[in-house]
Amino acid sequence: MTHLTRRNFVKTGATALVSGMVSAPFLSSRAKAAEPITVGGIHDTSGILDILGKPMAQLARFAVHEINQAGGLLGRPLELVEYDPQSNMQLYGQLAQKLALQDRVSVVHGGITSSSREVIRPVLRRFETLYFYNTLYEGGVCDRNQFAIGTMPDQTVANLMRYVMKTHGKRVYVLAADYNFGQISANWVKKYVTENGGEVIETEYFPLDFGNFGPTISKIQASKPDAVISILVGATHLGFYRQWAAAEMLSRIPLASTTFGAGGVDIKQLETRETDGIINAATYVSGIQSKANQDFLTRLNAFYGDDAPFMSELPCTTYEGMMLWAKGVEAAGSLDRMKVIEALESGLSFEGPSGRVSIDPATHHTIRDVHISELSDRKWTVLETTQQVPPTATQEVCDLSADPDANFQHKL
Amino acid sequence: MDYLAVVAIELSTAIATLVLIAAGLAIIFGMMRVINVAHGEFMMLGAYATLMAYTAGLNLWISVFIVAPLVAGIWGAIVEFLLIRRLYGRVADTLLATWGLSLFMIGAVTSIFGNTSKGIPTPLGAVNIGQYSISAYSLVLVLSAVAVLMATWLVLNKTRLGTVVRATIQNPDMAEALGVDHRKVYSRTFATGAAVAGLAGGVLAPISGVVPTMGAAFIAKAFITVISGGAAIVAGALSASVVFGGISQAVTFVSGAVWGEAMVLFVAVVILRVMPGGFSEFLKGKRS
Repeated sequence: MTHLTRRNFVKTGATALVSGMVSAPFLSSRAKAAEPITVGGIHDTSGILDILGKPMAQLARFAVHEINQAGGLLGRPLELVEYDPQSNMQLYGQLAQKLALQDRVSVVHGGITSSSREVIRPVLRRFETLYFYNTLYEGGVCDRNQFAIGTMPDQTVANLMRYVMKTHGKRVYVLAADYNFGQISANWVKKYVTENGGEVIETEYFPLDFGNFGPTISKIQASKPDAVISILVGATHLGFYRQWAAAEMLSRIPLASTTFGAGGVDIKQLETRETDGIINAATYVSGIQSKANQDFLTRLNAFYGDDAPFMSELPCTTYEGMMLWAKGVEAAGSLDRMKVIEALESGLSFEGPSGRVSIDPATHHTIRDVHISELSDRKWTVLETTQQVPPTATQEVCDLSADPDANFQHKL
Repeated sequence: MDYLAVVAIELSTAIATLVLIAAGLAIIFGMMRVINVAHGEFMMLGAYATLMAYTAGLNLWISVFIVAPLVAGIWGAIVEFLLIRRLYGRVADTLLATWGLSLFMIGAVTSIFGNTSKGIPTPLGAVNIGQYSISAYSLVLVLSAVAVLMATWLVLNKTRLGTVVRATIQNPDMAEALGVDHRKVYSRTFATGAAVAGLAGGVLAPISGVVPTMGAAFIAKAFITVISGGAAIVAGALSASVVFGGISQAVTFVSGAVWGEAMVLFVAVVILRVMPGGFSEFLKGKRS
């Protein structure tokens, strides 16, 4: 199950060979130092979540490659131990345990859905293995053993609503997926719309296998909102974007979303005339014009060639998660879990493709830039950037410096 | 007034969608009593056939109305020959076998084309009704459903072929005695059911999107419609579609998608309780 590409095989082989030759004369003293540091990765590269998991796994590999190219950590190369949980929650538990107890990795990166995170998190906490959850989620987890690198609704939804209210008007119509993520996110939308003096005309929830949006589109036309907010999830819900465009609504009522484009593949699945003009809020879109991002994309494309993933937020935060952990290890000068956590809690930051990302010491979440972008011809153009947005809502309920043993998730 | 017109169009679209989803199954399950759990995957195959043909540069309408039923029909004939033929009359075995078939088809399509696809844009643009605009493709759905029902009815009731098929299904031994090769009739009927399912997949592809697991969204609705419809293929499927499509859409307009879906299940339970038509006869192994 371990993912071993030919490239990785040759590379690790070569690293081992080189370090073997280098350390040979000083065998007694250096042998231990050249031993690779193992890093765990759990991403779904098969099953229904693979459209999200594959690019995330690719970026985890790319991050390890870049760290190794720069000389590794503490003079030792990194070795990524990867497992595929096959979009199966039961496997998540077994694999997390395997990484912690059998492979004895220094850190585990991964987990995509909130349910998978809640399977891994207690396991790694119990076995005292550091955990990085690099996906956007609903927020509110308070656990000193975990660092949550993705964006929170109070970062993305808050900025998106402020932008929509300011640019398009105060009355919005919300469409959300009918499970915990969609429900909680819709609550966030309502909170920020109200705070900006706006009004949610209606919130409609759709089961994940629901695909006929005709009546909804007619109802939207009847209620004439200033904007439509989509928190729809999954392949069947993509039908909404098709039917919305087929009714020629894309040019009439603005459509904003925090879920559309997060994985990147949905953009490729639709025609450009079905997606042109969609607005989203994310910490990363490939259209960010900074030099850091352009260089990053060049290096990534050189590494993967034709297999390079369509870059979006989830793979980007996966890359940043690995880099932030590496910064923590460097600053700690050790792989010891508590030392690395304390180093990261000094508020370490990483200048990456999305901008500066800093660890918020009290919550173990991130302070980062949020970009509002518009899609045109499958390319995101950044319209507005809010710099260094803190995870406010989680800060209100979680303070790990006051209560380091906390272990809960606060829900809105 | 405009709103009423829009609601009426959405209602007929929902009914037409159900007719399309259920028609193939009505032939395979309603007539032949083969519990085809892979019905959704036959639709998926039709959708993929349409997508491939369209991507290869073929005209969209040819891809939908010719390629999709053709591919699904041929696959249906192969499946009948290799699998179903050996299992006629063995209800539980057919159920398991077609379930395995559906998993195989999802797996095969996933490994060939991947978990995602580019999909087919909805053609024809929009029609304006007052301040409302509706996808003109809705009309294609309604017309296709009408055509499928009409064709099935005409073939079954007005042609010699239809008479032979009905006679064979009713009493294979007697038909055999009169010189009909019942295997051939079964095989062709199954292939026709598969082709109709493929056609439905092709017609629905531009509005639903095309992924290997898309069949799951259709299978339950197809069975509910066909079982509640009962023994009469055309009239049954049509009446069940009108009732369920009408109710789900009307409730969706008033109280949202979740209640619309829930209401269909509730009504189906009540209908089957009050008029146990199709399902109870099937359990007793009777045919009407």
